Amino acid sequence: MAYKKRFDGRGFDETRPIETKVGIIKKADGSAMFKIGNTVAYAAVYGPRELHPRFLQNPVKGLLRVHYNMMPFSGHGERVRPGTSRRGKEISMVTEKALIPVLDLAEFPNAVVDVFIELPQTDAGTRCAGITAASMALADAGLNMKDLVAAVAVGRVDDQIVVDLTYDEEAYEDGTVADIPVAVLPNSGKVTLLQMDGELKREDLKKALEKAQKTAKDIYEVQKKALKERFKAKEVPK
Amino acid sequence: MTEEIKVNEKEVVVPGETLATGMGFLPSKGTYREGDNIIAARLGMVHVDRKVIKIIPLSGIYQPKAGDVIIAKIIDVLMSGWKLETNTAYPAMMSMKDATSEYIAKGADLRRYFDVDEYVVAKITNVTTQNLIDLTMRGPGLRKLRGGRVIKVNSNKVPRIIGKHGSMISMVKNATDCKIIVGQNGLVWVDGEPDKEKIAVDTIKKIEEESHVSGLTDLIKSHLEKVTGKKLEITEKGE
Repeated sequence: MAYKKRFDGRGFDETRPIETKVGIIKKADGSAMFKIGNTVAYAAVYGPRELHPRFLQNPVKGLLRVHYNMMPFSGHGERVRPGTSRRGKEISMVTEKALIPVLDLAEFPNAVVDVFIELPQTDAGTRCAGITAASMALADAGLNMKDLVAAVAVGRVDDQIVVDLTYDEEAYEDGTVADIPVAVLPNSGKVTLLQMDGELKREDLKKALEKAQKTAKDIYEVQKKALKERFKAKEVPK
Repeated sequence: MTEEIKVNEKEVVVPGETLATGMGFLPSKGTYREGDNIIAARLGMVHVDRKVIKIIPLSGIYQPKAGDVIIAKIIDVLMSGWKLETNTAYPAMMSMKDATSEYIAKGADLRRYFDVDEYVVAKITNVTTQNLIDLTMRGPGLRKLRGGRVIKVNSNKVPRIIGKHGSMISMVKNATDCKIIVGQNGLVWVDGEPDKEKIAVDTIKKIEEESHVSGLTDLIKSHLEKVTGKKLEITEKGE
C-alpha cells in the first residue's frame, strides 16, 4: 500500500502552517517563537555575558551554549521526564554546531552566549523548529551573523518524499520511513545540520535534500518578515 | 558590471540580506563583502553614506566604545586600582592614577576612596581587542554616586532618553527636581525625593517603552505635566 495522501491533507512539498514572532521574552537579550503546525519552539538568547565556570573561558574565542528542553506534557502520550536527558544533550550539541558557522565567536573572547530552547508543545521536527527559532533570537540579540539558519525535516514515508514530517508520519506502520532533519544557510545553500533516522536510497536522499533547500528558502522569508516586523511597528505614530 | 543598492536608507535588514552589488560600494560596520555583493552581517538599520554602507544596531547589549561616559559598579579593589562592572560581559579596570587627582600614599587603603558596591560615573578611555575596558574618572562630571538609585534600561534607547542636546532628560530633571545621570551602557542613576524619584523612574521606563513613537517629547511633556502639575517647556524640540 502506497502513501497517497498525507494524514493532514497537505501537499507532499508543503510545510505545516508557520507562525513566528520575534522579541517575545522581555528579559532576554534576544528571543523568538517559531511555530510549525503543532510544534512550538521558544528561544531565548542571553549575552554575550561572563562565562562561568571559569575553566571554560577561552581567550581567543567565545562560547555558544545551547540548552534544548522539551516540556513534560509537550509530546505524544507519555509525560516527558523533566530535566536534561541523553537525547536533549545530543540535540543541544547538534544545535550548537548548526549555529556556530554563522556566528563570529572571536568577537566575544572569554564570554558566552547562552541559548535556551523550550518546547511547550511538540509534534515532530523539534530540533529544526529549535534551530530556526534560535537563529532568529540570535539575530534579535544583535550578534554579528553571516546568515540566518533555517531548518526543516525532510524524509520519505513509504514511497513518497515528503517535507516537514509529523509524528504520525514518523510512526507510519504500513511501510518504511526515513526522517532527515536538515539545517541550511539559505543564502549560500550550505548545510550545517544533517542527520538521518531510517533507511533511504541514494537518489531519494538527493531528492529530499533538494526539497530541503527549497523549503529552507521559504522559511528564511518567514524569518526575515518576523524580524523586520519587530521594528516596523516603531515607525507607526501613535 | 552593474552597481546597485538593493535597499533603502533606514530600512531594517536581517543577516544574510544582500545590500548592494558591485565593487563601487564599501562595506562598513555590520556588513561584509562576498564576491561582488555587500551583505548584512547583523540585524539593524541601513545607513548609506555615499559609497559606504553600514548597519546601525537596533537591539543587543551595550558595546563599549572609547569616549563613552558610563555608570559602573566597583566589584573589587586591587593592588593599585579598582575592578568595575560595566553591564557588559567584561569587567573594567581603573588605575589609581585615573581614579582621583588626590595624592594616594604608598600602601594606603584604597577602599577609603572607592569601596566595593559603590557606583561611579566614569569615562571609557580604551577598549582592547580582548574587550577589556579602561576607565578614568578624571574629567568634568565624573564622580562617585552617593544616594539615589540605579536602574537598567535598554542601551539602544539611551539616545532617545537623552533626547536632542539633552532635551528629553532635562525636561524630566526640571519636572521632578531629581538629579539624573544616564550612562551610555544603559544604567541610569536617579536621585531625588522619594515620590519624585518614582515619577522620574516611571517616566524613563515610559520613554524606553515608547521610544518608537514620533512626537514623544510632547507625549512625555504632557505626561509629566499631568503627574507633577508643573508647567514645562521644551528646551529644544528633538525628534
